[in-house]
Amino acid sequence: MAREFHNLQELRHNASLVTKVFVQRDYTEGTVCRFQAKFPSELDNRIERTLLEETVKTLNSYYVEAEKIGGQSYLEGCLACATAYIVFLCMETRYEKVLKKISGYIHEQNEKIYAPRGLLLTDPVERGMRVLEISVFEDRGSGSSSPSSSMSSAGSSAR
Amino acid sequence: MMKNCEYQQIDPRALSVLPQSAQNNTEKTVQRSRRKWEVFPGKNRFFCDGRIILPSQSGVLPLTLGLIVVTCGLFFAFDCPFLVKHLTVFIPVIGGALFVFVVFSLLRTSFTDPGILPRATPDEAADIEKQIDTSGSSTYRPPPRTKEILINQQVVKLKYCFTCKMFRPPRTSHCSLCDNCVERFDHHCPWVGNCVGKRNYRFFYSFIISLSFLTSFIFGCVITHITLRSQDGKSLVQSIQESPASVVELVICFFSIWSILGLSGFHTYLIASNLTTNEDIKGSWSSKRCAEESGNPYSYNSIITNCCATLCGPMPPSLIDRRGFLSLDEAIPAVSASEIELPPFTVKSDAHMEENCQDFALSCTA
Repeated sequence: MAREFHNLQELRHNASLVTKVFVQRDYTEGTVCRFQAKFPSELDNRIERTLLEETVKTLNSYYVEAEKIGGQSYLEGCLACATAYIVFLCMETRYEKVLKKISGYIHEQNEKIYAPRGLLLTDPVERGMRVLEISVFEDRGSGSSSPSSSMSSAGSSAR
Repeated sequence: MMKNCEYQQIDPRALSVLPQSAQNNTEKTVQRSRRKWEVFPGKNRFFCDGRIILPSQSGVLPLTLGLIVVTCGLFFAFDCPFLVKHLTVFIPVIGGALFVFVVFSLLRTSFTDPGILPRATPDEAADIEKQIDTSGSSTYRPPPRTKEILINQQVVKLKYCFTCKMFRPPRTSHCSLCDNCVERFDHHCPWVGNCVGKRNYRFFYSFIISLSFLTSFIFGCVITHITLRSQDGKSLVQSIQESPASVVELVICFFSIWSILGLSGFHTYLIASNLTTNEDIKGSWSSKRCAEESGNPYSYNSIITNCCATLCGPMPPSLIDRRGFLSLDEAIPAVSASEIELPPFTVKSDAHMEENCQDFALSCTA
């Protein structure tokens, strides 16, 4: 099933977008950021189930780390309160640091796993943390799918 | 003059679109990259190139600031000299520190993005519509859309936001004043001139707590001042006549204290039970509605954990990315969206027809 037809650069500039698949948020544990591990049926013949599930699981663990309420977040909160919240203007919060890590991870996953299969992940932070958007590009191998969108590139993930 | 412009059909849709597309072309040729705040759909105003965000109506924020500054100004000018002489120099120091903290918290609350959720992209909205249509009826006017999910084994209804075109995450509400969906929406505070939501709730709480301390402190100091003056062998009326500013401060503080202290107490209760004002008012988790003991699925069932989670929890970044640059394909949907929205508003566009005609005429002859 692993067909090497695309690379990341090619996807961004040349390939035609077929559709976008959205992985929704999972709210069963409250308002913490978590994505559903359910495999979308549209991707059945594009990517192995385990790969996507692994990506989603890793992303979820990153978000858990970002939103963890523990010693460091208390320290950050108390320091911020003591300095009348001026420190937030100068310092990068732990959440922002983890988000940078996530964006690096998504870029890496796109390069290694998704782009060669004609898929592209969009960082959830660019969609308001509501969905994990997976852009599905024309499958050069079969040549049967027709581009349905007028947009030629949806390379809006890691810049 | 209109005949020179070469359009035969007076079609409102074409009229409203043509000047815009002409505008779009000039924008593309100029190649000025625009930041996302310039095309933000909500009712907000932006300053410092997107660094500062405010709702379109700033409510009575100037009044709040004015009251605080005037009261403190009078306090430092008229009461402090007397109190420093008779008591201690720490009085203006404490007063000054409280004043600075209050003003900073207030400005932080007003100018911070409360947790605005960006609206769904057209693809996302289409995907959601598809999911609803497969399960719903095919009548022209679909019923109000809700989705039920389980949170911590409790059923919660998620509502569909017709403005933002998405199912609102739990605890999110749409503020009609700002025309935005805000996460963990508490309320829209006119005194602060902004919504209070996930990202600025702790600033708001610091503001009202510090303001409670400040008003109580000033109230106490002024009472002490007048008492000390009248103890020097003068009557109460004489003391008041000597320092009329103190009376002004007393009146302001007296009326503010009740409401501010009440508000502080109320919000302390909300924080301890991990509720929002919105939920409390609607009675979403009240015991009368729910059969279970603790109706609130978000509560950690411990006062300290609830407080820490709300006040000292991690600070999520702003999701609307005000200062990011628009990519070209993001700028295009703005035009197509307006085309879709035109038919219901034919009456409105007729009124602007004259204006649009003249604009187009000018662009033709230019």
